[in-house]
Amino acid sequence: MANLKELNKRKELLSGGHRMCAGCASPIIIRQMGLAQEIPLVVGSATGCLEVSTTPNPFTAWNSSFVHCAFENSAATVSGAEAAYRSLKRRGKVKEEMRFVALGGDGGTYDIGLQSLSGMLERGPRILYLCYNNEAYMNTGVQRSGATPMGTQTTTAPVGKESIGKKQFPKDLTGIAVAHKIPFVAQASPSHWNDLITKSQKALSVDGPAFMNVISPCPLGWGYSSEKTIEIARLAVDTCFWPLFEVENGTTWKLSYKPAVKKPITDYLKAQVRFRHLLRPENTAVVETIQKRVDDDWAALKKRCGVTEE
Amino acid sequence: MSKKLLALTGNDAAAYAMKQINPDVVAAYPITPQTSLMEKFAQFVADGESNTEIVLVESEHSAMSACVGASCAGARVMTATSSQGLALMWEIVYIASSYRLPIVMPLVNRALSGPINIHCDHGDAMGIRDSGWIQLWAENAQEVYDNLLMAIRIAENSGILLPVVVNYDGFIISHAIENMYLYDDAEVKKFVGEYKPKYTLLDPKNPTTFGSFDLPDYYFEHRRQMAAAMKDSFKVIGDVAKEFSKICGREYKNLEGYKLEDAEIAIVALGSTVGTARAVVDELREKGIKAGILKIRTFRPFPEDEIADALKKLKAVAVLDRADSLNAVGGPLFDEVRGALYRKSAIPAVNYVYGLGGRDMGFPEINKVYADLAEIAKTGKVKDLVTYLGVRD
Amino acid sequence: MAKTEKVKLPSWKEMVIGGINPDAGSAMKYNSGTWRTFRPVWSQEKCIQCNACWIHCPDSSIMIKDGKVCGIDYEHCKGCGICAAMCPPKVGAVKMVKEEK
Repeated sequence: MANLKELNKRKELLSGGHRMCAGCASPIIIRQMGLAQEIPLVVGSATGCLEVSTTPNPFTAWNSSFVHCAFENSAATVSGAEAAYRSLKRRGKVKEEMRFVALGGDGGTYDIGLQSLSGMLERGPRILYLCYNNEAYMNTGVQRSGATPMGTQTTTAPVGKESIGKKQFPKDLTGIAVAHKIPFVAQASPSHWNDLITKSQKALSVDGPAFMNVISPCPLGWGYSSEKTIEIARLAVDTCFWPLFEVENGTTWKLSYKPAVKKPITDYLKAQVRFRHLLRPENTAVVETIQKRVDDDWAALKKRCGVTEE
Repeated sequence: MSKKLLALTGNDAAAYAMKQINPDVVAAYPITPQTSLMEKFAQFVADGESNTEIVLVESEHSAMSACVGASCAGARVMTATSSQGLALMWEIVYIASSYRLPIVMPLVNRALSGPINIHCDHGDAMGIRDSGWIQLWAENAQEVYDNLLMAIRIAENSGILLPVVVNYDGFIISHAIENMYLYDDAEVKKFVGEYKPKYTLLDPKNPTTFGSFDLPDYYFEHRRQMAAAMKDSFKVIGDVAKEFSKICGREYKNLEGYKLEDAEIAIVALGSTVGTARAVVDELREKGIKAGILKIRTFRPFPEDEIADALKKLKAVAVLDRADSLNAVGGPLFDEVRGALYRKSAIPAVNYVYGLGGRDMGFPEINKVYADLAEIAKTGKVKDLVTYLGVRD
Repeated sequence: MAKTEKVKLPSWKEMVIGGINPDAGSAMKYNSGTWRTFRPVWSQEKCIQCNACWIHCPDSSIMIKDGKVCGIDYEHCKGCGICAAMCPPKVGAVKMVKEEK
């Protein structure tokens, strides 16, 4: 595993001058993933914050080849590019070694993109699918997604006199990816760069599909001051709201990180405006439900990973 | 020029074309009545007669998406579908053309739901008439095969770079067996040549972004480019047909007249109905009736002036539509042909919407059209602008 | 600070077709530094070259020369403050100050 002094000599995947918000986690994630190895990447992305902000004509922030097709088909589009690569390589028309990455936000992955992701995972091409999960349809104004946590303020499931925000817990997309029994699945966070980069390296080295779900804090959508992005991501990990782990072939689970002190979920909630309403006394029961879900999921994860001590 | 006579279905013919073209990638999803095309081609690949990389995607939307990805990666790409499959991939069909990708697609024409119907109808193709795809129509299995081979050269022409759809009637052409000629593998290979893309995802020394984001300051220009390419494609379609005639012995044109030169009354039609109409016209001619047919092969780009020229000597014309525009006027082909006649001709033009959902269009129905036309030619009066032919009233 | 060079809008005949952009990294021509309300100020003396700022910068704006952090790319830095937040508290080599007009 290269250290930062080695990594900073590598070429950047993303240039400056893109239009992502100040403090957005997604370009941090992409940069970190891009530093993991040096075989040229071909990157595809679903419609979303990342795609729109990196490619407004006449500018493109991508230093690699890049393709955007539509919102729900990043996995299918990159499947086609990867098939072309194998075909053209076989026919002697392409000689260089390349790796393929499909990107999508939680919108383009959990919801509208789920079918195309699942199809790709089942077919088994050598592609890393990385979901930058900012937990709502952020590009269009914070509408709820299948990844949005329970009790979050969103614009389509807003907090109101009769509502605490999104009613449902998010779907376990990482678990869905694991169920496809692909070589490598992981959850990661930009707050743990070494873990994210190591996982990206591993994901790009397996001979088959890999899936990474990466938490991507959003200053505007989550409601915090832009310099706190990494701090918020770390809190998500330290409260075990967003655990870091990896699974090989759908069977071998490994916990990547266990917080020295598991922080209460209220530490996470009170740091973000999108959860502020949950701290009102009338919502205590909701917070307890959230804490219980975090605790149950964490216990189950530890069990699967064979971690016994508390 | 060497060719082999075989008895094949339209789907077989398309599969043979694909085998000889041997594209780099095919991404497709099965749907009736396209299925046997895909199956036949898959068997060719399984037996090593073609080494195309087939991506068996999980939906038609993903099929066209994978085709876009593969084509951006500089591959020669084909797919095939019908009806609901086309409807599902509609979003990406527009993207394929606006990204200027030379994808070639046999479209086995089938009615659009609902209610669900798996039979022949042109509603699916008409639904993408404004998508920027070049659209060719085949009358029989031979034309399916010939048009697919030419389509590759048309699409990949560096001045055009628009995808091409080759339409043929579901079941009527796709599943009926006809005699047709296949050309020599080597000759076809030489004719289709190699695809030399200008831009590709797969050149790390020249990394390229595909599918960028246009604000109002750029989108219009990108669309204007497409309009120019569609207009320029007339010449390329003609040049390719001329070159192809050396292999197939026939020079395809945008239009084909049957007994049209001295005709007084004629129908305009797409697809297999033209074949049936030829027999009807022969019978009418025996009776001394000056009937003719204008068949349209190239529907996009729309050869407006050629159509007006071809029809100008007629006393009356009927446009046959195997689709309805549901615009309270008539069918889509009528809409376009009537537009072609506007300001160029005063001949009465009427519309027959027929054959929807596979309703048969045979001798009695076609004879009725000519009888109506004869009446219009005689009286100069049109009783019904639009007739739903063959529906139970 | 250089303004974004005014891009002359091309005619449809001059533009690359299909929304294809062969000019990789051309976003560097866009001055996103104009977005700032605060700017990071980096001290070479205090810096311990831990690279924490560099690995967490969303805008690829921590400049590296010969494997060492050497400054901030003010043409692209949006002033998010993550670099200052990530610099180890005992080091304090990056501080945020109000952007001057």
